[in-house]
Amino acid sequence: MREVVVLSGKGGTGKTSIVGSFAVLAKGAVLTDCDVDAADLHLLLKPAIRQEHEFWGGQVAVIDESKCTKCGLCQDLCRFGAIREFKVDRTSCEGCGLCFHVCPENTIIMKDNLAGHWFISDTRYGPLVHARLGTAQENSGKLVAMVRQNAKAIAQEYGFDYIISDGPPGIGCPVISSLSGSNLALLVTEPTLPGMHDLDRILGVCRHFGIPASVCINKYDLNEENTRQIEDFCQRQGIEVISKLPFDNAVTEALVQGLPVVEYCKDGIARDIEMLWQRVSAVLAGACK
Amino acid sequence: MIISVASGKGGTGKTLVATSLALSLKDRYRVQLLDCDVEEPDDHIFLRPVITHKEVVSIPVPRVDETRCTYCGRCAEVCAYHAIAVLPKNVLVFPQLCHGCGACSYLCPERAILEEAREIGVVETGHSNGLHFAQGRLIVGEAMPTPVIRRVKEKASAEGIVVIDVSPGTSCPVVQAVRGSDCCLLVTEPTPFGLSDLVLAVDMVRELKIPCAVIINRAGRADGRVEEYCQKENIPVLLSIPLDMEIARLYSRGVPLVEGMPHWRESFLRLFDHVLEIINERSRGLKR
Repeated sequence: MREVVVLSGKGGTGKTSIVGSFAVLAKGAVLTDCDVDAADLHLLLKPAIRQEHEFWGGQVAVIDESKCTKCGLCQDLCRFGAIREFKVDRTSCEGCGLCFHVCPENTIIMKDNLAGHWFISDTRYGPLVHARLGTAQENSGKLVAMVRQNAKAIAQEYGFDYIISDGPPGIGCPVISSLSGSNLALLVTEPTLPGMHDLDRILGVCRHFGIPASVCINKYDLNEENTRQIEDFCQRQGIEVISKLPFDNAVTEALVQGLPVVEYCKDGIARDIEMLWQRVSAVLAGACK
Repeated sequence: MIISVASGKGGTGKTLVATSLALSLKDRYRVQLLDCDVEEPDDHIFLRPVITHKEVVSIPVPRVDETRCTYCGRCAEVCAYHAIAVLPKNVLVFPQLCHGCGACSYLCPERAILEEAREIGVVETGHSNGLHFAQGRLIVGEAMPTPVIRRVKEKASAEGIVVIDVSPGTSCPVVQAVRGSDCCLLVTEPTPFGLSDLVLAVDMVRELKIPCAVIINRAGRADGRVEEYCQKENIPVLLSIPLDMEIARLYSRGVPLVEGMPHWRESFLRLFDHVLEIINERSRGLKR
């Protein structure tokens, strides 16, 4: 069983459109959406939810105002600025519990926090494990870990060859959680200066955690000079550019229809994405030897 | 006055909007741009600022003085992040898990825990042609952006206009960046992904009780669902930026929209007038 995660650093480079097509092409993969605070893969894969689970992540402090003597110790000690005028701001509280331990009147309790939900679903292409982080919640990294653990269990139990994960943007906690232990990170970039800047940083994260990476340049014809620079950069870094996808309106049209690109059309960009998947599965086969 | 620019979905044009809004206003007001997307800060590419000051962002992590430690285990018991493990004759600290809350050192009965700074990022301040600028940068491989964002926001000027560029998503780094804004501009695109993530972003700003307005980028082949949603939710759509290869190419070269196509300046100034109306209406509402 091999696991590929699609990442980009910069958002909006085409991760989900590519993963949606991979789902069709892999013919037998467990899919995950690791972008738990802005998940979109379900809009293409139209899952039927089979299991729904609560995700309890971290705790939040709650002050019993009737017993509080307003001594202010909790406010003074809280390093997250989460207690103001003897009230806890739920969105600032990081659940450390220092206030709970120090309150001389024992008026603070730590409440378990329902931070989101995660789901196991069926799609036309295979099982999908996905999640929804609650509004303004933290612990997205833990929720991603939960999603991936379950995807792995399903893949092992039913003998799937691949796990294909749609990753979140950025380089922080949910990205690290999506990446750790994967066989390959496919980095989707675009030939814009922000795209290039962010590619450098996400590549650094892959290096830091020792995950092999390959690059796909999406909309390469938007700026061919920048595309050449990305190719040079990747060559210097010893990273293979395994695909260059042209700008094609069909990608947006497919999205508006709610279809993976390779189901919306058969030629042009669909052919290119098919070749990309062949390359990815070949690299994965090599990475797992 | 603080105006934040957020989106839910990544790559919808937050950076384009934040930089063009700040540049459009800078001749009329004192304007400061804070790039709070500390995982992938890109505003500097468009503004090419002169950086005049850098400061390290660190979080305090425990260091155990084993000459005083009695291995009682209190620190491990109180640590909500499992960043300390106490063995019979040894204490293990996992700095990557530590949030720097200080519970272990404060509650250690032997006062055996000191704190030392662990570097996780940097905040840079400077200016670009009369525009005040600050950005945070998380060190590659670090997981926690929020302390860096907190420090960038400490640079916010009390006077004039502060524009905050926010990372994508709706979770803790976004909340940290958006909190305290007078108005939040949500940039979206007219696709099912754009709409789905806009709905999440609207939930987030409402939870924070911040008034919001929408900007639609890459408008053109729209099915009108974003507008329908905004109308239903009574959220004003203040600006539409068309899907245009020339705009995309300017962006690819790191040229701000209002510099490459100066007629857009008027649109951003009008946008700002609408934002002022939203903020004024809100404060009248609160006084009532």
